[in-house]
Amino acid sequence: MIPSSFDYVAPSSLDEAIAVLGEHAGEAKILSGGQSLIPMLKLRLAAPTVLVDINRIEGLDYVEERDGALRIGALAREHDLEASATVRTKYPILFDTARVIADPLVRNTATVCGNIAHGDPGNDHPATMIALGASVVARGPNGTRSIPARGFFRGLFETALAEDEIVTELVIPAPAARSGGAYLKLERKVGDFATAAVAVQITLDAQNAVTRAGIGLTNVGATPIAATDAESFLVGKMLDDGTIAEVARRAAAAAEPFEDRRGSADYKRDVIRVLAGRALRLAAQRAQGVAPSDGRA
Amino acid sequence: MSTHKITVTVNGQAHSAEVESRLLLVHFIRENLRLTGTHIGCDTSHCGACTVLLDGRPVKSCTLFAVQATGRTVRTVEGLEQNGQFHPIQAGFKEEHGLQCGFCTSGMMMTATALLEGNASPSELEIRSAISGNLCRCTGYVNIVKAIQHAAAEMRGAAAVPSSAANEAQATVNA
Repeated sequence: MIPSSFDYVAPSSLDEAIAVLGEHAGEAKILSGGQSLIPMLKLRLAAPTVLVDINRIEGLDYVEERDGALRIGALAREHDLEASATVRTKYPILFDTARVIADPLVRNTATVCGNIAHGDPGNDHPATMIALGASVVARGPNGTRSIPARGFFRGLFETALAEDEIVTELVIPAPAARSGGAYLKLERKVGDFATAAVAVQITLDAQNAVTRAGIGLTNVGATPIAATDAESFLVGKMLDDGTIAEVARRAAAAAEPFEDRRGSADYKRDVIRVLAGRALRLAAQRAQGVAPSDGRA
Repeated sequence: MSTHKITVTVNGQAHSAEVESRLLLVHFIRENLRLTGTHIGCDTSHCGACTVLLDGRPVKSCTLFAVQATGRTVRTVEGLEQNGQFHPIQAGFKEEHGLQCGFCTSGMMMTATALLEGNASPSELEIRSAISGNLCRCTGYVNIVKAIQHAAAEMRGAAAVPSSAANEAQATVNA
């Protein structure tokens, strides 16, 4: 399959890239990893007239903790998350997420920021960023702004980004002590989008009561979903079986799935219920240091 | 539409060409360079038949534009053999019958080569994870895993794992 014709530019700075986006407002697309964009171009689901390849811009491929937050640069690949000792030990939910995206070959190229900027509700990082309370840093002609992940996803393939803005970085606040998270995904086969998936990130106090909770849902609506009702119910509670069941029920109630080849709406809602309960238990074990950070559920 | 002068080092040799921006790397490799060992399978980034090494990392060449590879190095299956001698991964696939129809084989060997260059003694799980983006519809993967283990042993300079031992290991995993 051959994409439609387009002009290609490979700027060497962000300012140059932003200027090109401005000149071709609405007609230009950023090419980072390209693992979602290029298949869409080949299927002619998208036909931008200009591709702005940012891969030649230096200094954007970092995954590092700085100023109390984990920062993921625009050109950090999924593989870089899998290979990061910091991610593996301190952000197990992020390690869980990276390793179930597509397959290892795709992860060598695909970028984490691209997974967010693409605005596909089937992508895995959005729910995790919602659970972690992350922010999306975007740069445009008038400077840089920070957008909470919770407010970033506006509709199907629609985000808060302006046409001349580029996602430069994801910022994840370093979790407090006694925090843990997990991302659990049901997929039909390796490389598939989620039938449904759940991201849970919690913090416990010394008595194991929940002091902070973030719950994000993947591919059960037009956007990734923050299960806010389940989150607010969870805060202040001890994690007994009854609480976990109720949180799982409320998470499922927040889902708005469509029926498709991966299952009926009712089935997907129930998958959310089951995965939410399991993810919450694993997150709690990790918060208490009794589950390996990079183990399977 | 734009065209671009690119220079890509493929299997150690620099190749320059004027290409359309929309030309996929796999088409550049197959049609411009006539290196047809790299296959086009699904053409939708699922199957891995088109896997090549880009600066040492396995990628799907159907999901990358040729222009993105300018100034970078590409290795294809044609680059494995050296001086008429099989690369250990090729020898492994031959000895352990790691292929039937052969369509996935070049991509599978490129992924396996990158794995073994970074990890001399991968576990079976690590091998299976590494090749999870390369689909084989013939073998059921058992002999592919054995072929990669065979190559790993050869590359470590040790004697190849005898087939009976490999079968026992497989039986344990399946149990």
